[in-house]
Amino acid sequence: MRQSSLLDIISPIMVGPSSSHTAGAVRLGLLAKNVYDNEIEKITFKLYNSYAQTGKGHGTDKGLLAGVLGLSVDDVRIRDIFNSDIAKSIDYKFEYYNDFNRHPNAVDFIFEGKNKMQISGDSIGAGEIAIRKINEFSVKFTGKYNTLLLVYKDVTGMISKVSTIIQAENVNIASLHCDRSGKGETASMCICLDGDLNKNAIDKIKEINHLDMVRYVRKLGN
Amino acid sequence: MNINTFEELKNYCESSNKKIFEAAQENDAQKNDITVQELREIVKRNLEAMKEAIRTGLKSCEKSYSGLSGGDCQKLQAKFAQKSSLLGVIFEKITTYALATSEENARMGKIVACPTAGSCGIVPSVLISVSEETGATEEEQINALITAGEIGRIISNKVQLAGAVAGCQAECGVASAMAAGALAQLRGENIDNILSAVALAMKNLLGLTCDPVCGLVEVPCIKRNPFLGIHAVTAYELASAGIQSKIPLDEVIDTLEQTGQLMSPSLKESSQAGLAKTKTGLKLEEEFYSK
Repeated sequence: MRQSSLLDIISPIMVGPSSSHTAGAVRLGLLAKNVYDNEIEKITFKLYNSYAQTGKGHGTDKGLLAGVLGLSVDDVRIRDIFNSDIAKSIDYKFEYYNDFNRHPNAVDFIFEGKNKMQISGDSIGAGEIAIRKINEFSVKFTGKYNTLLLVYKDVTGMISKVSTIIQAENVNIASLHCDRSGKGETASMCICLDGDLNKNAIDKIKEINHLDMVRYVRKLGN
Repeated sequence: MNINTFEELKNYCESSNKKIFEAAQENDAQKNDITVQELREIVKRNLEAMKEAIRTGLKSCEKSYSGLSGGDCQKLQAKFAQKSSLLGVIFEKITTYALATSEENARMGKIVACPTAGSCGIVPSVLISVSEETGATEEEQINALITAGEIGRIISNKVQLAGAVAGCQAECGVASAMAAGALAQLRGENIDNILSAVALAMKNLLGLTCDPVCGLVEVPCIKRNPFLGIHAVTAYELASAGIQSKIPLDEVIDTLEQTGQLMSPSLKESSQAGLAKTKTGLKLEEEFYSK
């Protein structure tokens, strides 16, 4: 049985009106920004289904942008984010779609800057979120755990090399999810951790051969 | 210590001679890997944010983005200023505080989801109104809010607290049950009476649907908050007289889950039926989408 915390029930402190459509949107934006981890020149938000249909009245668009700009769910600037100075540094647009294959509250972020990256996520209820896809790879993480994301050439022993470094830090792996475009082609690994990895350990992981991308995404505070 | 039902909670509290909030804060602090003092600090911060939302909401008459809500809290305050409530000052405070918080939520103000944003006015309105009028200390208010959180947590083990999953019974309904339990704790009731208050409140809200107009957390959500704040007081008053729910609380929660499953998806936050699809609901929807 799922063991929730009483603190989850009497929180978060958030800007209204909806935990899934407002707070969830902010958290999705924050997490996606942390995955991209580059200067954003342009961003396109593709909103799906309920996010597209009732998003305006719920401030979903404001929440997504605020999150990408690094605001937390209780920041009152969310309300007027389109007119705020911090939103002027970034070129953004919103698109709205219906797609029954997607979650009722789904969004794609298309980041453009030094590189281009598409990140897809869902707001799964009560402010909880999940990132489902980064570019063509399926992933699964929620911002509740510190998460290590790797993209690499599909070669033997990669999981072992990475997990050995994590084990040496005495950090427990909460979940591990792998995907690949094809045998011997590009692969991805998404590791959720119970503890925290220091920079030294992450640098060690970065030295492993055949890696295209390494991201260490910290869990969300709120 | 895993406590998943109210029976387990009662047995644990009785065997260890602890109050609900004492058992809850110890278990939860351990689960979150923090101290009891740190947990109480977080609860205190949330309590303060609830009070701030009330203060801000009481002063505002600004409309929401959709224009569907905003200004009713001002009307109610003006009315009570002119003519007191038949039921006295606590009734006045609960109804105005609940409206203040919920209207604040709809206009994208800062609130505390408790358990959800749509039901954010219920627990604070009851807890804070009664505390102001009875002089309950901050520690006592924190104890009551922890009790509310523990009640919601145990219910959420069975039922996801989301209108899309189980209707409004799982949002405003659960909030009212949490408020009833918190109030009973605040008034120093024993564990049996606290759990009776929760059962009585919850039982009376089974079947409450989620049919918001335009899909927004406004109609009927906002006005439901003051109603269900008062509803929680009724449950507390009955329970403190020793009146018990004939159906035990855990069975009421099982019924909440079953009713949620049996409820048509058209009445679970999809705005495909109910108030959302009335003649007026449709007209408001048309106006909103052409905005």
